[in-house]
Amino acid sequence: MELILDGFVQAWHLLVSLDREVLSVVLLSLKVSGLATLISLVIGTLGGTAVALTDFPGKRLIVSVVNTSMGLPPVVVGLFVTIMLWRNGPLSAWDILYTPTAMVIAQTIIATPIVMGISIAAIQNLPANLRLQILALGASRSQMVWLLVKEARLPLLAGIMAGFGGVISEVGASIMVGGNIKGYTRVLTTATVMETSRGNFDTAIALGIILLALCFAVNYLLTVVQQRERPR
Amino acid sequence: MTVRKPILELRDFRVERGGTEVLRIPSFSLNENETVALIGPNGTGKSTFLLSLACLLKPADGELLFRGETVRMGSGATDFRRKLAMVFQDPLLFDATVFDNVAAGLKIRRLPATVIRERVTSCMERFRIAHLADRSARKLSGGEAQRTSLARAFATRPEVILLDEPFVALDPPTRQTLTDDLEQILRESGTAAIMTTHDQVEALRLADRLVVMHQGSIVQTGTPSTVMGQPANEFVATFVGMENVFTGTVAEAGNGLLALKVADRTMELPGDGAPGERVVLCIHPEHVVVTPTSPDRTSARNVFSGSVTKIVSLGLFNKVYMDCGFTLVATVTNQSLSQLALTPGCQVYASFKATAVHLFRKG
Repeated sequence: MELILDGFVQAWHLLVSLDREVLSVVLLSLKVSGLATLISLVIGTLGGTAVALTDFPGKRLIVSVVNTSMGLPPVVVGLFVTIMLWRNGPLSAWDILYTPTAMVIAQTIIATPIVMGISIAAIQNLPANLRLQILALGASRSQMVWLLVKEARLPLLAGIMAGFGGVISEVGASIMVGGNIKGYTRVLTTATVMETSRGNFDTAIALGIILLALCFAVNYLLTVVQQRERPR
Repeated sequence: MTVRKPILELRDFRVERGGTEVLRIPSFSLNENETVALIGPNGTGKSTFLLSLACLLKPADGELLFRGETVRMGSGATDFRRKLAMVFQDPLLFDATVFDNVAAGLKIRRLPATVIRERVTSCMERFRIAHLADRSARKLSGGEAQRTSLARAFATRPEVILLDEPFVALDPPTRQTLTDDLEQILRESGTAAIMTTHDQVEALRLADRLVVMHQGSIVQTGTPSTVMGQPANEFVATFVGMENVFTGTVAEAGNGLLALKVADRTMELPGDGAPGERVVLCIHPEHVVVTPTSPDRTSARNVFSGSVTKIVSLGLFNKVYMDCGFTLVATVTNQSLSQLALTPGCQVYASFKATAVHLFRKG
């Protein structure tokens, strides 16, 4: 019990003193996971909408693959990206292993199926005749897609929250492709793992609390956006 | 009757689904200022027909014409669809306010905001939903939602409006008032309209012309009185709710008159045929006259004695079922019913004119 209390006190100190090291870790976490979520948002929503709205052979297979990938273990993604970027790997020329860029790539691979899977379900869940109704209102194809996405905004934003939640909290991929390099690729999760392994429980708890607070803040922001403009 | 110009036409039109033909329309046209009601059982292709007219379905064959010009699938179809509007059975409203829903078609056309506001306001007033402008479309009653959907359709000032069973999900009083409003708005705006419905009363109220569909094709087209009075075949007769449908054989023919054997009775009616030929005939219950004694001075050629088996009250009038060797149904007003003192079991005479009988060849 004392340990947790100390953690809170430590966290408070770290926050109010605006500890440079902690601040850089928090900022990098936000930057990497935010960017990965943004990229997966574009790929996931567009791809998901396209899959949901078109019929093609193998559609079911694609949807199953996407749905399965919603639960991709971050360590497996980390392993895969590491192999690709390794010295003799197919993408070794990029020379980005143990950089924030590699972490963004790995996290994008984790978040995209989550956003895409929820997008497919969200669009498919709209009434079947809504597409025809929108076209009958005189909409062009792109106007129709935009109106459908707008109509599915609630579940789509839930997809973004799930995607962001998945990557801000993952540690396996970040530690493998980022390497937890101090001041360069250290993020909240990898720092927490390190502090715990060193026995610095108070710092670890402090970092954990900051991570939770960050998750809450971002999701609260998204929820505000989600619930905004909802007429009474 | 004035000749009206066709606004929408289908020619040699066929739609297939999974290799089977679901719609075959050799020729159809909807004219300017005309309201057509499309009636027929479920799954007979009525919705497919409407979607075809809106260029929302790719046909296997045939063409769709708007004011005499072929409509092509693809980007040309969008320009075409901006001249029409469609209302579905479900209101299919957007998750937005009533105002924004009614404005949807105008926003798609990228009209200036002032024009949109003006048109939406007047349209909401016409459909009596102005007081709901800021309400969420998710919080409307069934009738209010369908009014919003209709207002959204009319706000774009379409040249043609397609209505796919718009009132089917509503309770009878709501349905009644909405039908009244729609009738008035259609008459005022002069918009050509085609609607599918199950409800014959609705069809009779709104339509200048009825189109009866069965198994993907049109079986009869005509004014409501033609279709109800002279159904083209047995299917139309039963579908438009004609009772007194009998099968019989021709006993004698000549001089434009037929004598028909129905059960062990004989009926006379105008027509040609060969003795022994099997026919189907029907008589509207309104045309059957019930009297307590044999009507000796009557122009009715067909008089049958029988007994009343059942009387069903339908409010202002009653359906009287009689056993005359076959079951004959007559419509009798409440007043006549008490004057004639009709009760089940009493002996009566039923008569109808030869011209009240409609005849279809069998097979």
